[in-house]
Amino acid sequence: MIVDMTPEDIIGEYQEATLTYCDGQSRKVLYTELETPYPDGKLIVSTTTPDGIISHVNRAFVEMSGYTEAELIGAPHCILRHPDMPSAAFKDLWDTVQRGEKWQGFVKNLRKDGGYYWVKATVIPNVRGGKVVGYTSVRRKPSRSKVDECIALYPTLS
Amino acid sequence: MSYMFTVSPDFAPDHLSGWYIFNTWLQKQSAEAIHLEMYNHYQDLHQAIAADKIDLIYANPFDAAMLVREKGFLPLVRAQGESDEAIIAVNANSNINDVADLKPNTRVAFTDDPDVRLMGMIMLEPADLHAGNIAPLLSDNHVLVAKHLLKGEADVGIILAEAYDNLSGVIKKQLRILVRSQISVIYHSLMIGPRLQNRRADFQKILLEMDKDEKGGGVLNALGFNAWQRIEDEEMEFMIDLMDTLNT
Repeated sequence: MIVDMTPEDIIGEYQEATLTYCDGQSRKVLYTELETPYPDGKLIVSTTTPDGIISHVNRAFVEMSGYTEAELIGAPHCILRHPDMPSAAFKDLWDTVQRGEKWQGFVKNLRKDGGYYWVKATVIPNVRGGKVVGYTSVRRKPSRSKVDECIALYPTLS
Repeated sequence: MSYMFTVSPDFAPDHLSGWYIFNTWLQKQSAEAIHLEMYNHYQDLHQAIAADKIDLIYANPFDAAMLVREKGFLPLVRAQGESDEAIIAVNANSNINDVADLKPNTRVAFTDDPDVRLMGMIMLEPADLHAGNIAPLLSDNHVLVAKHLLKGEADVGIILAEAYDNLSGVIKKQLRILVRSQISVIYHSLMIGPRLQNRRADFQKILLEMDKDEKGGGVLNALGFNAWQRIEDEEMEFMIDLMDTLNT
Protein backbone atom coordinates (compact mmCIF):
# COMPACT_ATOMS: atom_id res chain seq x y z
CA MET A 1 0.00 0.00 0.00
CA ILE A 2 1.49 3.34 -0.99
CA VAL A 3 0.61 6.38 1.11
CA ASP A 4 0.40 10.05 0.15
CA MET A 5 3.21 12.42 1.15
CA THR A 6 2.31 14.81 3.95
CA PRO A 7 3.21 18.53 4.33
CA GLU A 8 4.77 18.04 7.77
CA ASP A 9 7.58 15.97 6.19
CA ILE A 10 8.41 18.62 3.58
CA ILE A 11 11.24 21.12 3.89
CA GLY A 12 10.68 24.38 1.99
CA GLU A 13 8.02 25.52 -0.44
CA TYR A 14 6.44 22.69 -2.35
CA GLN A 15 4.22 21.82 -5.27
CA GLU A 16 1.73 18.97 -5.47
CA ALA A 17 1.27 16.30 -8.11
CA THR A 18 -0.59 13.02 -8.33
CA LEU A 19 1.36 10.12 -9.81
CA THR A 20 -0.36 7.05 -11.18
CA TYR A 21 1.83 3.97 -11.33
CA CYS A 22 1.69 1.13 -13.83
CA ASP A 23 -0.24 -1.06 -11.36
CA GLY A 24 -3.00 1.57 -11.29
CA GLN A 25 -2.25 2.88 -7.78
CA SER A 26 -2.07 6.65 -7.30
CA ARG A 27 -0.12 8.78 -4.85
CA LYS A 28 -0.11 12.47 -4.00
CA VAL A 29 3.49 13.69 -3.95
CA LEU A 30 4.83 16.97 -2.65
CA TYR A 31 8.07 18.21 -4.15
CA THR A 32 10.46 21.12 -3.82
CA GLU A 33 13.33 22.56 -5.85
CA LEU A 34 15.96 21.58 -3.25
CA GLU A 35 18.64 19.28 -4.66
CA THR A 36 20.74 17.05 -2.42
CA PRO A 37 24.11 16.56 -4.15
CA TYR A 38 25.15 12.95 -4.62
CA PRO A 39 28.08 12.25 -2.26
CA ASP A 40 31.44 11.29 -3.81
CA GLY A 41 32.57 7.69 -3.42
CA LYS A 42 29.25 6.19 -2.31
CA LEU A 43 26.89 3.70 -3.90
CA ILE A 44 23.19 3.46 -3.12
CA VAL A 45 22.19 -0.19 -3.11
CA SER A 46 18.78 -1.79 -2.81
CA THR A 47 17.05 -5.00 -3.72
CA THR A 48 13.40 -5.58 -4.41
CA THR A 49 11.08 -8.54 -4.77
CA PRO A 50 9.96 -9.42 -8.32
CA ASP A 51 6.98 -7.10 -7.66
CA GLY A 52 9.19 -4.11 -6.87
CA ILE A 53 8.79 -4.19 -3.08
CA ILE A 54 11.99 -3.08 -1.31
CA SER A 55 13.62 -5.97 0.56
CA HIS A 56 17.11 -4.58 1.31
CA VAL A 57 18.69 -1.11 1.51
CA ASN A 58 22.15 0.09 2.44
CA ARG A 59 23.03 3.08 4.62
CA ALA A 60 23.61 5.41 1.67
CA PHE A 61 20.04 4.69 0.47
CA VAL A 62 18.65 5.66 3.88
CA GLU A 63 20.75 8.85 4.00
CA MET A 64 19.90 10.00 0.50
CA SER A 65 16.20 9.10 0.47
CA GLY A 66 15.45 10.68 3.86
CA TYR A 67 13.36 7.66 4.90
CA THR A 68 14.25 5.33 7.75
CA GLU A 69 15.19 1.75 6.93
CA ALA A 70 11.94 0.58 8.56
CA GLU A 71 9.93 2.90 6.28
CA LEU A 72 11.74 1.64 3.19
CA ILE A 73 11.62 -2.13 3.77
CA GLY A 74 8.29 -3.42 2.49
CA ALA A 75 7.52 -0.21 0.58
CA PRO A 76 7.21 -0.17 -3.22
CA HIS A 77 10.35 1.19 -4.89
CA CYS A 78 8.20 3.74 -6.71
CA ILE A 79 7.94 5.85 -3.52
CA LEU A 80 11.15 7.44 -4.87
CA ARG A 81 9.56 8.39 -8.16
CA HIS A 82 9.78 12.09 -8.95
CA PRO A 83 6.99 13.75 -11.01
CA ASP A 84 9.63 15.12 -13.42
CA MET A 85 10.55 11.56 -14.47
CA PRO A 86 8.79 10.42 -17.65
CA SER A 87 6.81 7.21 -17.16
CA ALA A 88 8.38 5.94 -20.41
CA ALA A 89 11.70 5.62 -18.56
CA PHE A 90 10.23 3.28 -15.95
CA LYS A 91 8.36 1.29 -18.58
CA ASP A 92 11.66 0.80 -20.38
CA LEU A 93 13.30 -0.20 -17.08
CA TRP A 94 10.69 -2.86 -16.29
CA ASP A 95 10.47 -4.15 -19.86
CA THR A 96 14.27 -4.52 -19.92
CA VAL A 97 14.77 -6.28 -16.57
CA GLN A 98 11.75 -8.53 -17.14
CA ARG A 99 13.50 -9.74 -20.30
CA GLY A 100 16.37 -10.71 -17.97
CA GLU A 101 18.63 -7.87 -19.14
CA LYS A 102 20.47 -5.08 -17.37
CA TRP A 103 19.00 -1.55 -17.43
CA GLN A 104 20.96 1.64 -17.00
CA GLY A 105 19.76 5.22 -16.96
CA PHE A 106 19.79 8.59 -15.22
CA VAL A 107 17.03 9.07 -12.67
CA LYS A 108 15.76 12.02 -10.63
CA ASN A 109 14.65 10.58 -7.29
CA LEU A 110 12.19 12.12 -4.83
CA ARG A 111 13.21 12.39 -1.18
CA LYS A 112 10.86 12.06 1.76
CA ASP A 113 11.37 15.78 2.48
CA GLY A 114 10.24 16.71 -1.05
CA GLY A 115 13.75 17.42 -2.33
CA TYR A 116 15.48 15.45 -5.06
CA TYR A 117 18.76 13.85 -6.07
CA TRP A 118 20.04 12.64 -9.43
CA VAL A 119 21.63 9.21 -9.83
CA LYS A 120 23.06 6.98 -12.52
CA ALA A 121 21.13 3.78 -11.87
CA THR A 122 21.81 0.21 -12.94
CA VAL A 123 19.20 -2.47 -12.34
CA ILE A 124 19.72 -6.19 -12.84
CA PRO A 125 17.52 -9.21 -12.26
CA ASN A 126 18.70 -11.55 -9.48
CA VAL A 127 18.60 -14.98 -11.06
CA ARG A 128 18.78 -17.95 -8.67
CA GLY A 129 18.40 -21.46 -10.02
CA GLY A 130 17.22 -20.06 -13.33
CA LYS A 131 14.42 -18.05 -11.69
CA VAL A 132 14.19 -14.28 -11.13
CA VAL A 133 13.87 -13.84 -7.36
CA GLY A 134 14.18 -10.06 -7.32
CA TYR A 135 16.07 -7.08 -8.66
CA THR A 136 19.20 -5.26 -7.46
CA SER A 137 19.58 -1.57 -8.12
CA VAL A 138 22.87 0.24 -7.68
CA ARG A 139 23.03 4.01 -7.99
CA ARG A 140 26.19 6.05 -8.41
CA LYS A 141 27.12 9.68 -8.89
CA PRO A 142 26.17 10.96 -12.35
CA SER A 143 28.11 13.56 -14.30
CA ARG A 144 26.56 17.02 -14.40
CA SER A 145 26.62 17.05 -18.21
CA LYS A 146 24.52 13.85 -18.35
CA VAL A 147 22.08 15.28 -15.79
CA ASP A 148 21.76 18.48 -17.85
CA GLU A 149 21.01 16.38 -20.96
CA CYS A 150 18.24 14.57 -19.04
CA ILE A 151 16.79 17.83 -17.70
CA ALA A 152 16.41 18.92 -21.34
CA LEU A 153 15.22 15.54 -22.64
CA TYR A 154 12.78 14.21 -20.04
CA PRO A 155 10.08 16.93 -20.41
CA THR A 156 9.82 15.92 -24.09
CA LEU A 157 9.01 12.29 -23.18
CA SER A 158 5.65 11.07 -21.99
CA MET B 1 46.21 -36.09 -3.67
CA SER B 2 47.63 -32.60 -3.46
CA TYR B 3 45.48 -29.51 -3.88
CA MET B 4 46.49 -26.06 -5.05
CA PHE B 5 45.83 -22.84 -3.14
CA THR B 6 46.44 -19.36 -4.51
CA VAL B 7 45.94 -15.77 -3.48
CA SER B 8 44.75 -12.95 -5.71
CA PRO B 9 47.87 -11.08 -6.92
CA ASP B 10 46.76 -7.88 -5.16
CA PHE B 11 47.86 -9.23 -1.76
CA ALA B 12 49.86 -6.77 0.35
CA PRO B 13 53.58 -7.57 -0.09
CA ASP B 14 54.03 -7.38 3.70
CA HIS B 15 51.68 -10.34 4.04
CA LEU B 16 53.40 -12.66 1.56
CA SER B 17 55.07 -14.73 4.29
CA GLY B 18 51.76 -14.71 6.20
CA TRP B 19 50.05 -16.59 3.38
CA TYR B 20 52.75 -19.31 3.45
CA ILE B 21 52.33 -19.60 7.23
CA PHE B 22 48.56 -19.76 6.76
CA ASN B 23 48.91 -22.54 4.18
CA THR B 24 51.09 -24.59 6.55
CA TRP B 25 48.56 -24.07 9.35
CA LEU B 26 45.65 -25.01 7.09
CA GLN B 27 47.35 -28.22 5.92
CA LYS B 28 47.92 -29.28 9.50
CA GLN B 29 44.37 -28.49 10.59
CA SER B 30 42.68 -30.08 7.56
CA ALA B 31 45.11 -32.97 7.10
CA GLU B 32 45.14 -32.22 3.38
CA ALA B 33 48.23 -31.70 1.22
CA ILE B 34 47.89 -28.17 -0.15
CA HIS B 35 50.48 -26.40 -2.27
CA LEU B 36 50.48 -22.58 -2.25
CA GLU B 37 51.21 -21.02 -5.62
CA MET B 38 51.47 -17.22 -5.73
CA TYR B 39 50.99 -15.44 -9.06
CA ASN B 40 52.34 -11.96 -9.67
CA HIS B 41 49.91 -11.04 -12.40
CA TYR B 42 46.20 -11.58 -12.99
CA GLN B 43 46.90 -12.96 -16.45
CA ASP B 44 48.88 -15.87 -14.93
CA LEU B 45 46.18 -16.44 -12.29
CA HIS B 46 43.41 -16.49 -14.88
CA GLN B 47 45.33 -19.03 -16.99
CA ALA B 48 45.67 -21.30 -13.95
CA ILE B 49 41.93 -20.97 -13.19
CA ALA B 50 41.04 -21.68 -16.82
CA ALA B 51 43.21 -24.83 -16.69
CA ASP B 52 41.33 -25.98 -13.53
CA LYS B 53 44.55 -26.02 -11.51
CA ILE B 54 43.14 -24.14 -8.49
CA ASP B 55 41.24 -25.74 -5.59
CA LEU B 56 41.32 -22.97 -3.01
CA ILE B 57 41.63 -19.24 -3.65
CA TYR B 58 41.58 -15.98 -1.75
CA ALA B 59 39.78 -14.26 -4.59
CA ASN B 60 39.34 -10.72 -5.79
CA PRO B 61 35.61 -9.86 -6.00
CA PHE B 62 36.07 -9.24 -9.70
CA ASP B 63 36.93 -12.94 -10.20
CA ALA B 64 34.19 -14.24 -7.88
CA ALA B 65 31.48 -14.32 -10.55
CA MET B 66 33.60 -16.34 -12.94
CA LEU B 67 34.72 -18.73 -10.17
CA VAL B 68 31.14 -19.38 -9.03
CA ARG B 69 29.31 -19.37 -12.35
CA GLU B 70 31.88 -20.99 -14.63
CA LYS B 71 34.12 -23.02 -12.34
CA GLY B 72 31.75 -24.24 -9.64
CA PHE B 73 33.54 -22.58 -6.71
CA LEU B 74 31.69 -21.90 -3.45
CA PRO B 75 32.45 -19.28 -0.80
CA LEU B 76 33.97 -20.20 2.56
CA VAL B 77 34.87 -17.10 4.56
CA ARG B 78 35.93 -13.47 4.34
CA ALA B 79 38.16 -11.38 6.61
CA GLN B 80 35.97 -9.96 9.36
CA GLY B 81 35.25 -6.26 8.99
CA GLU B 82 37.42 -5.89 5.87
CA SER B 83 36.13 -4.56 2.57
CA ASP B 84 37.79 -3.40 -0.65
CA GLU B 85 37.84 0.35 -1.10
CA ALA B 86 39.65 2.59 -3.57
CA ILE B 87 41.13 6.06 -3.41
CA ILE B 88 41.50 8.70 -6.09
CA ALA B 89 44.67 10.57 -5.18
CA VAL B 90 46.47 13.57 -6.67
CA ASN B 91 49.78 15.29 -6.04
CA ALA B 92 49.40 17.54 -2.97
CA ASN B 93 50.28 20.55 -5.15
CA SER B 94 47.75 19.69 -7.85
CA ASN B 95 45.20 22.35 -8.74
CA ILE B 96 42.54 19.63 -9.02
CA ASN B 97 40.19 19.92 -6.06
CA ASP B 98 37.19 17.98 -7.31
CA VAL B 99 36.74 15.03 -9.64
CA ALA B 100 34.42 17.25 -11.69
CA ASP B 101 37.49 19.43 -12.53
CA LEU B 102 39.03 16.60 -14.56
CA LYS B 103 38.97 16.77 -18.35
CA PRO B 104 39.31 14.18 -21.15
CA ASN B 105 42.89 12.92 -21.64
CA THR B 106 43.53 13.07 -17.91
CA ARG B 107 46.54 10.88 -17.14
CA VAL B 108 45.30 8.13 -14.81
CA ALA B 109 47.74 5.75 -13.10
CA PHE B 110 46.46 2.41 -11.81
CA THR B 111 47.51 -1.21 -11.35
CA ASP B 112 46.04 -4.33 -12.95
CA ASP B 113 43.95 -4.93 -9.78
CA PRO B 114 40.53 -5.24 -11.47
CA ASP B 115 38.16 -4.34 -8.65
CA VAL B 116 40.18 -1.32 -7.54
CA ARG B 117 40.35 -0.08 -11.11
CA LEU B 118 36.58 -0.61 -11.48
CA MET B 119 35.81 1.33 -8.29
CA GLY B 120 38.26 4.05 -9.29
CA MET B 121 36.80 4.48 -12.77
CA ILE B 122 33.31 4.73 -11.26
CA MET B 123 34.58 7.57 -9.08
CA LEU B 124 35.89 9.33 -12.22
CA GLU B 125 32.55 9.05 -14.04
CA PRO B 126 31.18 12.32 -12.62
CA ALA B 127 33.83 14.02 -14.81
CA ASP B 128 32.58 12.05 -17.87
CA LEU B 129 35.84 10.10 -17.85
CA HIS B 130 35.86 6.51 -19.07
CA ALA B 131 38.35 3.97 -20.43
CA GLY B 132 38.04 5.51 -23.89
CA ASN B 133 39.00 9.10 -23.03
CA ILE B 134 41.73 8.84 -20.37
CA ALA B 135 45.48 8.45 -20.85
CA PRO B 136 46.08 5.23 -18.88
CA LEU B 137 49.32 4.58 -17.05
CA LEU B 138 49.44 0.92 -16.03
CA SER B 139 51.72 0.47 -13.05
CA ASP B 140 53.17 -2.68 -11.46
CA ASN B 141 52.01 -1.84 -7.95
CA HIS B 142 50.29 0.81 -5.85
CA VAL B 143 53.56 2.39 -4.68
CA LEU B 144 54.47 3.02 -8.32
CA VAL B 145 51.07 4.68 -8.85
CA ALA B 146 51.97 7.05 -6.00
CA LYS B 147 55.40 7.67 -7.56
CA HIS B 148 53.83 8.61 -10.90
CA LEU B 149 51.82 11.24 -9.01
CA LEU B 150 54.87 12.56 -7.16
CA LYS B 151 56.86 12.88 -10.41
CA GLY B 152 53.99 14.65 -12.16
CA GLU B 153 53.69 11.79 -14.69
CA ALA B 154 50.04 11.18 -13.79
CA ASP B 155 47.25 13.64 -12.93
CA VAL B 156 45.31 11.19 -10.74
CA GLY B 157 46.02 7.76 -9.34
CA ILE B 158 43.65 4.93 -8.43
CA ILE B 159 44.99 3.16 -5.34
CA LEU B 160 43.64 0.41 -3.11
CA ALA B 161 42.68 2.25 0.09
CA GLU B 162 44.56 -0.22 2.30
CA ALA B 163 47.70 0.22 0.18
CA TYR B 164 47.35 4.02 0.34
CA ASP B 165 46.99 3.94 4.11
CA ASN B 166 50.17 1.84 4.31
CA LEU B 167 52.26 4.23 2.19
CA SER B 168 55.07 5.90 4.11
CA GLY B 169 54.32 9.20 5.83
CA VAL B 170 56.82 10.95 3.54
CA ILE B 171 54.94 9.85 0.41
CA LYS B 172 51.49 10.51 1.87
CA LYS B 173 52.48 14.09 2.78
CA GLN B 174 53.09 14.77 -0.91
CA LEU B 175 49.73 13.34 -1.97
CA ARG B 176 46.13 14.39 -1.44
CA ILE B 177 42.99 12.24 -1.42
CA LEU B 178 40.37 13.48 -3.85
CA VAL B 179 37.81 10.75 -3.15
CA ARG B 180 37.77 7.69 -0.91
CA SER B 181 35.13 5.10 -1.77
CA GLN B 182 32.67 4.04 0.93
CA ILE B 183 31.15 1.00 -0.75
CA SER B 184 31.50 -1.50 2.16
CA VAL B 185 29.94 -4.47 0.35
CA ILE B 186 32.79 -5.56 -1.94
CA TYR B 187 35.36 -7.85 -0.40
CA HIS B 188 37.87 -10.62 -1.06
CA SER B 189 36.69 -14.09 -0.23
CA LEU B 190 38.27 -17.45 0.42
CA MET B 191 36.62 -19.87 -2.00
CA ILE B 192 36.74 -23.62 -2.45
CA GLY B 193 36.76 -25.46 -5.77
CA PRO B 194 34.88 -28.58 -6.87
CA ARG B 195 37.61 -31.14 -6.03
CA LEU B 196 37.69 -30.06 -2.36
CA GLN B 197 34.01 -29.27 -1.84
CA ASN B 198 33.25 -32.42 0.14
CA ARG B 199 35.42 -30.80 2.84
CA ARG B 200 33.67 -27.40 2.68
CA ALA B 201 31.97 -27.66 6.09
CA ASP B 202 35.22 -28.86 7.73
CA PHE B 203 37.23 -26.02 6.24
CA GLN B 204 34.61 -23.46 7.30
CA LYS B 205 34.62 -24.79 10.87
CA ILE B 206 38.43 -24.75 11.06
CA LEU B 207 38.60 -21.20 9.71
CA LEU B 208 35.80 -19.79 11.85
CA GLU B 209 37.48 -21.11 14.99
CA MET B 210 40.91 -19.93 13.93
CA ASP B 211 40.97 -16.70 15.97
CA LYS B 212 40.15 -18.61 19.17
CA ASP B 213 43.25 -20.76 18.78
CA GLU B 214 46.51 -19.25 20.05
CA LYS B 215 48.56 -20.31 17.04
CA GLY B 216 45.69 -19.59 14.64
CA GLY B 217 45.34 -16.06 16.04
CA GLY B 218 49.03 -15.44 15.36
CA VAL B 219 48.66 -16.66 11.78
CA LEU B 220 45.71 -14.32 11.27
CA ASN B 221 47.82 -11.43 12.56
CA ALA B 222 50.46 -12.29 9.96
CA LEU B 223 47.74 -11.81 7.33
CA GLY B 224 46.58 -8.53 8.87
CA PHE B 225 43.18 -10.00 9.82
CA ASN B 226 41.38 -10.35 13.16
CA ALA B 227 39.14 -13.29 12.31
CA TRP B 228 37.26 -14.98 9.47
CA GLN B 229 33.51 -14.71 9.04
CA ARG B 230 31.28 -17.08 7.11
CA ILE B 231 29.97 -16.10 3.67
CA GLU B 232 26.52 -17.48 2.94
CA ASP B 233 25.85 -18.54 -0.65
CA GLU B 234 23.26 -15.76 -1.05
CA GLU B 235 25.76 -13.14 0.19
CA MET B 236 28.14 -14.23 -2.54
CA GLU B 237 25.36 -14.15 -5.14
CA PHE B 238 24.48 -10.63 -3.98
CA MET B 239 28.09 -9.47 -4.39
CA ILE B 240 28.26 -11.06 -7.84
CA ASP B 241 25.08 -9.20 -8.84
CA LEU B 242 26.54 -6.01 -7.44
CA MET B 243 29.78 -6.41 -9.40
CA ASP B 244 27.67 -7.07 -12.47
CA THR B 245 25.86 -3.74 -12.06
CA LEU B 246 29.16 -1.91 -11.61
CA ASN B 247 30.86 -3.57 -14.53
CA THR B 248 29.06 -1.45 -17.13
